Amino acid sequence: MAKFNLNKMSGVVVENIGKKYLVGKSELVALKGISFEVTKGELFGIVGPDGAGKTSLFRVLTTLLLAETGRAWVDGLDTVKDYKEIRKRVGYMPGKFSLYQDLTVEENLDFFATIFNTSIEENYDLIKDIYQQIEPFKKRRAGKLSGGMKQKLALCCALIHKPTVLFLDEPTTGVDAVSRKEFWDMLQRLKQQGITILVSTPYMDEAALCDRVALMQNGRILAIDRPENINKSFAHPLWAVQSENMLGLHKTLKQWDAVASCYSFGEYYHIVMKNDDSSMDSIQNYLHDKEYQQILVKKIDANIEDCFMDLMNNANG
Amino acid sequence: MSVLKYLLQKEFRQIFRDPAILRIIFMMPTLQLIIIPLAADYEVRNINLAVADHDHSVYAQQMIQKIKSSGYFKLVNYTDTYQEAIKSIESDKADIVLEIPTDFEKNIVREDYSKLFIAVNAVNGMKANLGAAYMQGIIQDFNKQIRMKWIQFPKVPPQTNISVVESNWFNPMMSYKYFMVPATLATLLTMVGVFLTALNIVREKEVGTIEQINVTPIKKYQFILGKLIPFWVIGLVVLSIGFTIMRFFYQIHPLGNILVVYFFAAIYLLVVLGLGLLISTFADTQQQAMLISFFLLIIFILLGGLFTPIDSMPAWVQKLTWLNPVSYFIDVVRMVILKGSKLSDIRNHIFIILGFAAILNSWAIFNYKKTS
Repeated sequence: MAKFNLNKMSGVVVENIGKKYLVGKSELVALKGISFEVTKGELFGIVGPDGAGKTSLFRVLTTLLLAETGRAWVDGLDTVKDYKEIRKRVGYMPGKFSLYQDLTVEENLDFFATIFNTSIEENYDLIKDIYQQIEPFKKRRAGKLSGGMKQKLALCCALIHKPTVLFLDEPTTGVDAVSRKEFWDMLQRLKQQGITILVSTPYMDEAALCDRVALMQNGRILAIDRPENINKSFAHPLWAVQSENMLGLHKTLKQWDAVASCYSFGEYYHIVMKNDDSSMDSIQNYLHDKEYQQILVKKIDANIEDCFMDLMNNANG
Repeated sequence: MSVLKYLLQKEFRQIFRDPAILRIIFMMPTLQLIIIPLAADYEVRNINLAVADHDHSVYAQQMIQKIKSSGYFKLVNYTDTYQEAIKSIESDKADIVLEIPTDFEKNIVREDYSKLFIAVNAVNGMKANLGAAYMQGIIQDFNKQIRMKWIQFPKVPPQTNISVVESNWFNPMMSYKYFMVPATLATLLTMVGVFLTALNIVREKEVGTIEQINVTPIKKYQFILGKLIPFWVIGLVVLSIGFTIMRFFYQIHPLGNILVVYFFAAIYLLVVLGLGLLISTFADTQQQAMLISFFLLIIFILLGGLFTPIDSMPAWVQKLTWLNPVSYFIDVVRMVILKGSKLSDIRNHIFIILGFAAILNSWAIFNYKKTS
């Protein structure tokens, strides 16, 4: 326990954090004793489907929720004991837009600057790139902004006090593809300022943009590594399969004993064979026998989503 | 300190930016203060009377005239048979039936004794009760009047006559508006205070802004003061509007110093806002907050002595009203405005209300958590 605490290079340390909710009479375990460490200045992604426990984890780290088991440190501070100090240092952007909708863009920013005992001018450099994009609308009420602009304003408000650690809970959910790309570019620039960033997302493609990612499901962390290492860790040959009758193909592949797993991925099905030595021909021949036309089988490299599917299957099985 | 100042600025900005809230804060109490006392008039007028007259004598006519001229009754049906008169009660045209028997006049003159029959429609209990009582009073009066005329007094009167003269202290004309309007104002102030505070804080929960506020270094007391001070100010503004309506619309001139009421209201508002704050810590949605507030306020208002005097409630209910802050405020407003009570007269009320404020606010602050 102490070894984490002493490590000054850690931006965030999480140790065996567990949290349960009572839903009616049954218990819902949101976090099942998870541990990880984020180094200072790292862009750390937490990837997982809805209900994986991402938001609960963020609420524990931002001192909004008390964990039942385990401890956590943010910027070297205990989330329970030093919560007051943490609140001065972190920036938090909740998944749901939580600024005052009836105040204008400028008033919101000014408000959050003031309650952190600072001013817009003082930290203008930090938010300049982002704020300039919404500045033309600064007299507009926050509630009247578009989704992408709301995200930018929320990010500005979370940054205005120059936090050392930034928590972004699903910042790109419900935002269009162009704005999503812009948002990630902004995060890369913020990283260069030395801010530790924890970002959660349900989108697998965004995971590749992080320094390291934690794959999370059902309150557990399945894997933590650099995105490219996670891809490499995929232990089996992966095949992409296509034919003219995709619906029937899915059924056939699912029923085939030799297939370990099969799921759709864009216009292909990705399949993993039980026997790693299975050849392309053997798959093609099998499908020929089943009278499929225009069969296309190719060997591909696993991406992060494949790894996630694989880890999920293992965790469930 | 600058943080608190900014919180207040933000709060006022939000209030003044929302035209619906402004209307509710200022129009609602104004209209209610004008409408509620008019509806809460206990004097029953316009009682519809049906008469079944079997006698058709001079005395019967004189008596009916007397009843009509009292101003409380309206003769809607004058018939010869009881059946027809009772029909007008059944069809809800009349509230009360007076049956004058045959030989009514003859019996009075000869036997010195006669009977009358009154039937009352008791569907509306209050109207029935008061109507019958008024009617009896008028008939007794009539009885005395005719006797004075023709009875020869013996040297020593057979029975002593005690005549009672009434005088209504503090409200000489016994006008309902003098005690209803101030009490209504007290009730409205309570409602505005509780609703606004409870709903405002719960709204921050519902919209999620409280989440963003909670991860900032804002201290608990700053956030709570930032919420309470604006509503405290608004409460005093509503009180001033109420006094203006009382003075110019109802022509009520307070006997006591109005500043005594302000002083008391300033403390009382702490109780009201504390209650709103407490409700907001229990409720997660505005709907819940609304229902809890409504439930509590209805009890407070009905047990507050606004409509019915506390002294006529059962003993155990009277003890319950000691826990009701509204009853103290209604009491104080009436005392100062009608009786001209001074600060020293409402000393006990002030101490009790201070106690309420301390308990409710500490409970609310204790219950308000930045961490769940």
